[in-house]
Amino acid sequence: MDFPILAVLAATFTIATPLVWAGLGAVINERAGILNLGIEGIMYAGAFVGFLTAASTGSLALGLTAAIVAGLAAGALMGLLTVTLGVNQHVAGIGTTLLLIAASEFTNRLLFSSGSQTITVKFDRILSGFFAQYPMTYVAFLLLAPALWWLLRSSGFGLRLRAVGENPEAADAAGIPVARTRYAALMLGSALMAVGGAFLTLSLLGSFTLDIVGGRGWICIALVIFGRWRVWPVVAGALLFGFTDALQLQLAITPFFSAVPNELMIAFPYLVVIAALAIWGRGVRYPGAYLTPYRRA
Amino acid sequence: MKVLLRASESRWLAPAAVLAAVLLTLLLTAVPIRLAGANPAAAFERYLVTPLTTFGSLGEVLLTATPLLFTGLAVAIAFRVGYFNIGAEGQFLAGTIAASIPALYLPDLPAPIALPLALAAGAVGGTAWAFLPAWLKRHAGIDEVVTTLLLNPVALLLVQGLLNGPWRNSATGFPDSDRFGAGYDLPRLIEGSRVHAGLLLAVLLVAVTWIVMSATPLGLRLRAAGQSPSAARFSGIRVTSLQWRCALVSGAVAGLGGASQVLGVQHQLTASVSNGYGYTGIVVATLGALAAGGVLLAALLLGTISVGAQNASIVLQLPTQMGAIVSSTLLLAAVGFLAARRYRLALRRRRVR
Repeated sequence: MDFPILAVLAATFTIATPLVWAGLGAVINERAGILNLGIEGIMYAGAFVGFLTAASTGSLALGLTAAIVAGLAAGALMGLLTVTLGVNQHVAGIGTTLLLIAASEFTNRLLFSSGSQTITVKFDRILSGFFAQYPMTYVAFLLLAPALWWLLRSSGFGLRLRAVGENPEAADAAGIPVARTRYAALMLGSALMAVGGAFLTLSLLGSFTLDIVGGRGWICIALVIFGRWRVWPVVAGALLFGFTDALQLQLAITPFFSAVPNELMIAFPYLVVIAALAIWGRGVRYPGAYLTPYRRA
Repeated sequence: MKVLLRASESRWLAPAAVLAAVLLTLLLTAVPIRLAGANPAAAFERYLVTPLTTFGSLGEVLLTATPLLFTGLAVAIAFRVGYFNIGAEGQFLAGTIAASIPALYLPDLPAPIALPLALAAGAVGGTAWAFLPAWLKRHAGIDEVVTTLLLNPVALLLVQGLLNGPWRNSATGFPDSDRFGAGYDLPRLIEGSRVHAGLLLAVLLVAVTWIVMSATPLGLRLRAAGQSPSAARFSGIRVTSLQWRCALVSGAVAGLGGASQVLGVQHQLTASVSNGYGYTGIVVATLGALAAGGVLLAALLLGTISVGAQNASIVLQLPTQMGAIVSSTLLLAAVGFLAARRYRLALRRRRVR
C-alpha cells in the first residue's frame, strides 16, 4: 500500500492552523486569568464576518480586518462581563457563544436566505509540494507563535498579563492596572480566535456554511490545558490534533478502512484529545487567578 | 466616581436588576429586528405575548418547554454543587440513542413495559455519557468543562453514524430511524395538542429536586458544597463525592429528557432531535438562578420565545434565529445586572493616590 505520508503531513499543518490561532488566543486569555468559552462563537463570528466583508467588498484584506474588529468587539464584551461585572465565566462564555452564533446565522439568513455561499476571491496556497500552504499557516507557525512566546515570556506586557492572571492582588499592589490588562488580553486573544475562524472561510473553504466551526473552539480549550498554558506545547497539541484529523481523512479514502463508519473516523480526533487530556492533563497547575474576578478589597 | 461593594442589599434590588435586564434586552434586540425590516413592537408581541394567547400555541409552548425543563434542571443540579457540566447536549443525545435501542429492537412490547424500559434506558444512556468526565474529574482532577464539552460533538456523530448505518430507515432509506413501535408513544396529556407525558415527568423531577434541595440534609450539604467548597470540606462534607453523584444524576436527567423527546414528539430518532437543547439548558438554569422553581419559569419563558420566533418567521419574515438572539441577550443582560447589583456607585471624596 502506497501511503501518502507527505500529503498527510502537509494537511496536518493546514488543519492545525485555525487551532494555533484560536488556541494561542485562548492561552493569552487564560494566562490573564479568564476562561473564554466565547471561543466557539468568536471563531464562528470571525468566519462569518470575514466572509461577509470579503464577499461584499471583494477584498480579502478587508475581510480579515473585519474579522479582527469583530474579535476585538467580542473580547470587549467578555471583558465587560467577566472583568468589570465579575460574572461567572462559564456562563458569560457560553452566553457569548450562543449570541454570536445566533447573530451570525440570523444575518446570514437575512442576506442570503440559504445555507451556503462562496466568495470569488480567496487566499491561495503559496509555494508547492509539501510547502504548498496558505499564507495564514506560515504566519501562524513562523510569526505568531514565536511572537507570542516572546511576548508572554519577555515583554513588559506579557509579564503584566501573567501577573494579573497569577496574583491580581500583588499585581495591583505593584501598580499594574489589573482590569485594563485583562481587557487587553481578552481583546487580543479574541481577535486571534476570530482570525482562526476567518481562516476557515477566507483560506480553507472560500465559502460559509452553517456549523462551520464544528467544535474546534472546544478543542482549543482542551489544547490549552494539554499544553499547560505554554505557547509551544499548545502548538504541538494543535499539530497532534491536525495529524489525527489528517490521518482519518486519508484513511477514510483508503480501501482497507472503508468499512469503518465515516462518523467514527471524524470523532476519532476528539477522542484522541480527550485521551491525551486524561494522560497528560493530570495534576496540571492552573493560572493562580483562573476563573476569579478581581475587586479591590 | 468610585465602585464600592454594597454592605447590605435591599430586597427590591434583584427584581429591579431582572427588570432592567429585560428592558435592555428589548432595547438591544430592537436594532436587528429593525434592520430586518420588521416593527420591534410587533415582533416582541409575537415573541412574548402571542404564544400565550391561543390554546393551540399555548400547547406548543409547553411542548417546547419540556426538553428545556430536563436540560435546565440537569445543568442546575450540576452547577449547584460546583460541577460545571457543559455536556447536557451530549447527554441528551445519548439518552435519545439509548431510548431508541429497545424501541427499535423490541418494537412489539406493550406500553406498560415499553415506556418504563425506554425511559430508564434514556436515563442510563445520559448517565453513561456523563460518566467519563465525572470519573476523570474525581480520580484524575481533570477539568470537567473541557471533557463534557468535547463529548457533545462526539454524541452527535454517534447519532449520525447510527442513522447512516444500522438504523437507516428501512422504508425510505433516509438517515432517520424507523418509526418506533406503538407501545413506545408517550401518551398525550391534552386533547388537541402535542403536549405529552414527558412534561409531567419533568415537572415531577422539578418538584423532587425542589424538595431535596430545600428540605433535606442532603440538599443542605449540596448547597454548602456549591457555595463554598472549602468551608463545606472543613465542616466534614465530602465535596468531591457529592459532585461525582450530582454529575451522574445530572447526566441521567438530561438523558431522560432525550428519551422523553424521542418517545413523546419524534417517535423515531433523527439527527436534528436535539436542536441545541443542552446548550439552551445552561441559559435556562442560569436564568432560573439554579433553583428548581426558577428553572420551571425560565423554561416556560424560553419556550414562549421559541414558539414566538417560529411564528414571527412566518408572519414577519424574521429569521427564527432572532429567538436565540433574544434569549442569549437576555441571559447576558440578566447575569450582568445581577452581578452589578452587588456594587454601588459612590462619589469619590478625596483622591488617595
